[in-house]
Amino acid sequence: MIVHYGYLDASGEYFITVDDSKCSVCIEKGCIKACPKSIFMESENDYGEKVMMVKDEVRKMLKYICAECKPSVNRPPLPCVTACPYDAITHSW
Amino acid sequence: MYFAGLDVGARYTKTLIIDGDARVLSKKMSTSGFDNNIISKNLLNNLCMELGITLEEINKIGVTGCGKKNIDFANYEFSETMVAAKSVFFFNKNVRTIIEVGAEESRVVKLNSDGRIIDSVINEKCAAGTGTFVELMARTLEITLKDFSELSMKSEKKIPMNAHCIVFAESEVVSLIHSGVDKKDIVRAVNDAIASRIASMARRVKVEAEVALIGGLAKNSGFVFSLKNNLELDNIVIPDDPEYMGAFGAALLTREL
Ligand code: SF4
Ligand code: SF4
Repeated sequence: MIVHYGYLDASGEYFITVDDSKCSVCIEKGCIKACPKSIFMESENDYGEKVMMVKDEVRKMLKYICAECKPSVNRPPLPCVTACPYDAITHSW
Repeated sequence: MYFAGLDVGARYTKTLIIDGDARVLSKKMSTSGFDNNIISKNLLNNLCMELGITLEEINKIGVTGCGKKNIDFANYEFSETMVAAKSVFFFNKNVRTIIEVGAEESRVVKLNSDGRIIDSVINEKCAAGTGTFVELMARTLEITLKDFSELSMKSEKKIPMNAHCIVFAESEVVSLIHSGVDKKDIVRAVNDAIASRIASMARRVKVEAEVALIGGLAKNSGFVFSLKNNLELDNIVIPDDPEYMGAFGAALLTREL
C-alpha cells in the first residue's frame, strides 16, 4: 500500500510518500535511525504488516521539520531516502 | 446477532447497529463533545431502546474516527481508511477511488479489484477542504446548509476564490457580499474552492473510476457538481447515508472478527 503522509496548503504540497509493501520485507528499517528528527516509527498497517509510518504528531509540520535536510541551494541527498535500500520513500517537495 | 459501529468524529459521533446479515437496524448521530465516551454510550443505549434490546446483547462493538482512542467499551478499533474501504466496497465492488470529506479532515483511498487499499492520502491540516469550512461559510452568508447546497446549483457564474485558508476565505466572502455579488454565485465559488483542494489531493493517488464520495459533504449537491467538474467525471457514486459509512465499516469489520 502506498501512503502519502503530509498536507497541502497555500504554499504547496508537503507529502512524504511510502510504499509500505517494501517496508514489510525490510528487516533493518534503516530510515528510522537515519532521520535526525526521528519522524518515523515502526507500526502495523491495516493488514497487520510491520511497516514504517510517519508519526502522527509531525504530519502537519513536515515542511518545517525536514527543512534542515533541505537547504534551498546545494541540497544533499536526504538521509531517509539514502538509508532506504528499497527506494520506498519519496518527498513531494 | 447484533454488531455496533461507532464513528467518533471531530464534529459528530455516528453510531449504528447491524444484524448478522449486515442489515442496518438502527442508526443515530449527535454532536461530539467533551466526553465522547458518554456521548457514544448514550447514543448506543438509545439505539438499543429502539430495537428493544440491552447494550449487553450487542455481540461486539467496533470504533473508528479521530476520537476512537477515548472509547473504553469498544471491542475493536479500526483506522478511518480501513472502514471507508470496507463499507464502500461492500455496496459497490466497482469503486476504485473513495473520497471522504469529513468535518475536519479529508482523505482519498484507492482500492484494487479485491477491495484492498493500495494508495491513500489524508489531509488533516487545512480546514479549507472540509465540512467545517462549509458550515462557517454558510454562517457568514446567513443561509442554512440545505440552502448552501441548492443555491450553488442555481449559479451560472464562476467566481474564482483566491484564499486557500479558512480565515482569509471568510474575509474574501465578506468582501464579495459587500460588492453585491449574488449569494448563489458566492456559494458556488466556495464549493468550487473546496472541490479544487480535494481534487488536488485526489490527483496524488491518480483518480480511477468508479469514484465514491462519502462523509457529510457528499450531501451538498453543489459540492458534488463542482468536484465532478474538477475531476472531469461523469458520475460520482454516493451511498444513501454517506455520513454513516465510517460507522457502517466499523460494524462490518467487527462482524467478521
Ligand atoms: S528503510 Fe525503506 S523499506 Fe525499510 S522501513 Fe524504511 S522506508 Fe521502508
Ligand atoms: S528529510 Fe530529513 S528530517 Fe525529513 S524525513 Fe528525511 S531524514 Fe527525516
